[in-house]
Amino acid sequence: MPNQPLDQFAARLPAEQRASVYQSTKGTHEKRTQLLFDQFADPDRLRQIAGEIKQHVVENLDTYLPAVEAKLRANGAQVHWAATGEEACAAVLRIMQARGARRMVKAKTMVSEEIGLAHYLEERGLEALETDLGEFIVQIDHDHPSHIVRPIIHKNRREIAASFEREGLGAYNDDPETITRRARQFLRHKYLQADVGLTGANFLSVESGRIVLVTNEGNSRFCLAATRCHIALIGIEKLVPRDRDLGLLLNLLGRSGTAQPLTVYTEFISGPRRPGQPDGPEEMHVVFVDNGRTDVLATECRDILRCIRCGACLNVCPVYRQASGHAYRSVYPGPVGAVLSPLLAQGNFAALADLPKASSLCGACNEVCPVNIPIPDLLLRLRAKGKEEGAPLASAGAPPMGAWALLASQPTAWKAALAGGKLLNYIPAKLLPVPALRAWESRRSLPEWRGGEFRRWLRARRRAAERKPAP
Amino acid sequence: MTAPAPRLRPAADRRVQLMATCICDAFYDDVAGATVEVLEHLGCTVDFPEGQTCCGQPAFNGGDWAASRRVVRHTVRTFAGDCPVVVPSGSCAAMLFHGAPLEFEREPDLPAVAALGRRTWELADFIVNGLGIRTWPGRYEARVAFHRSCHSRGTASGAASDLLLASIAGLQVLPFGEGEQCCGFGGTFSVTFPHVSTGMGTLKLDHIRAARPDVVVSGDMSCLMHLGGLAEKGGQPVRTQHLAQVLRDALRHGGLLPAASA
Ligand code: SF4
Repeated sequence: MPNQPLDQFAARLPAEQRASVYQSTKGTHEKRTQLLFDQFADPDRLRQIAGEIKQHVVENLDTYLPAVEAKLRANGAQVHWAATGEEACAAVLRIMQARGARRMVKAKTMVSEEIGLAHYLEERGLEALETDLGEFIVQIDHDHPSHIVRPIIHKNRREIAASFEREGLGAYNDDPETITRRARQFLRHKYLQADVGLTGANFLSVESGRIVLVTNEGNSRFCLAATRCHIALIGIEKLVPRDRDLGLLLNLLGRSGTAQPLTVYTEFISGPRRPGQPDGPEEMHVVFVDNGRTDVLATECRDILRCIRCGACLNVCPVYRQASGHAYRSVYPGPVGAVLSPLLAQGNFAALADLPKASSLCGACNEVCPVNIPIPDLLLRLRAKGKEEGAPLASAGAPPMGAWALLASQPTAWKAALAGGKLLNYIPAKLLPVPALRAWESRRSLPEWRGGEFRRWLRARRRAAERKPAP
Repeated sequence: MTAPAPRLRPAADRRVQLMATCICDAFYDDVAGATVEVLEHLGCTVDFPEGQTCCGQPAFNGGDWAASRRVVRHTVRTFAGDCPVVVPSGSCAAMLFHGAPLEFEREPDLPAVAALGRRTWELADFIVNGLGIRTWPGRYEARVAFHRSCHSRGTASGAASDLLLASIAGLQVLPFGEGEQCCGFGGTFSVTFPHVSTGMGTLKLDHIRAARPDVVVSGDMSCLMHLGGLAEKGGQPVRTQHLAQVLRDALRHGGLLPAASA
């Protein structure tokens, strides 16, 4: 019986990589939990409220999006709408071309990964340099992020030191501080040379049009310090209704994502440089990216659009810990990715229809999600969708359920099967008739079949009770 | 995963219907038997609807909701009535009060399905929150590692089990690492993702073994079937018991139940 692609990937994952993913996700998860429960009386209530706020946004995008567009324009920003990833890339290219810009410095943004922006620009002869240390390493290695908050969770410092040496960033040295210092030196020059700074947005307030960015390296500030033009690439679901909603969401984001009360840098950007202001980009563009999100909005899985990309569900997920991020074959790994990636694949759901199966449905993701997304329910809905659409990947390796359902809705047949199952005790494991049982038995011993024994025992007990004289 | 509230509480006659679960029907008759003995010891009248099969969860989790609904409809018919349904499994209980209503969202018979959900109690939850029992009599000399199954997340079952176990004379509950992590069973997940599933199970066993328990206890036999089977295959078997067996054995060792009954 062929096991699922994610399982095959997990089986091939070097033990060392699994160990480092496990150690660092476990560490962050445990600190996150301690911090939340030490500092708040009822963090689960906070997660619920945050979830309600974001769900409200998701359900009112039709009015919030025009409202925030008006606000952004009033603040002096130019607004662009991109229905697809291709359109979003083209919008960025047009902005750069109009300015004769050739060099972009990028802060970390998952949506730019999603639409393949850096690659798109490089193909057209422009430079798009990642300035987040992790993303920078991913870029020089021509690799992919394996975690939405910690893109290089799958790499150890020896590999990173070797990459730096190869790229001419100094002789081999795997001391993390040296690595960071060298990256900083290299990037500082690049900031000064760049024409355009690109960021994402963690939140965008409809009330004020303020873009909120959180980082720990301060690189997004540098991206905007020396460049004349700021482009913010923003998924349409990133809105919050009011500035004061940010208090709750920022408190949850830092703690959930990196186990910090607050990330080191929190920026609020409310437009390009105004007359009289000493610095900041003179031009600001907001590119709103749909890329399948309105399709998700139309499904019963729309709750996933609440996601604030904190990564807590990856950190706690036992499957992610075993398989690491690349096993998900998509930009968004882990529980959030198992829901979001097949949905955002648009016409290509079938190609990722196995991801919703890559879960024991343990519910740990829901328990940690700062916006309380019922991820297991969404995975189940997508499993039903995969089955309805007959996606072969969705059912690979799984025992067929039709015959079982027939059996389980006919008591007489069920009882006969319970008795007949006794045969199992006499058949060597390798000859077991059902592939699922064979697969089970290859790794775990099967208990003795005792079908019908309980019913017999109960009947005997009832008869004995009837024989006893009434008290 | 949250239990529906308000739930149907037991009446004065303490009549209940037992859902034995398919896994106990097929493999673990002693667990179903222990559940009967425990409930009867508490003064319950236990009805066993003979037509019962399975809660429908395998197909529900597999994405075959049409097949699952067929089984759930059978279950709803089989458990007709107006008394609580008690089930020695957090997983099957959650299927009835959470999973089934989800797959019946658009079905005309949703109210009947939801009504069965409101009558359904996981065993420990029923004992503590349904019957109001907070300490368990008898005696059980053992160091116990209690594995809280994932389907009791967000429900009252975990705390109820902790309360009962901690109150048993002679019994010591041992904490162990990463108790909130899944054992890796996950139904068909265990066979379609064998490496991930057994990787998770091995980690769980390592944590449990480090606490050096005499017995691993859970409210769900499916977790124990996976963990016990994995341990045995690896040549280092662990002793496993369902919570119902621990409760019954405590009564037996305390002289409150005959040593073995039939
Ligand atoms: S789904 Fe929830 S936990 Fe996962 S990344 Fe998004 S916000 Fe964080």
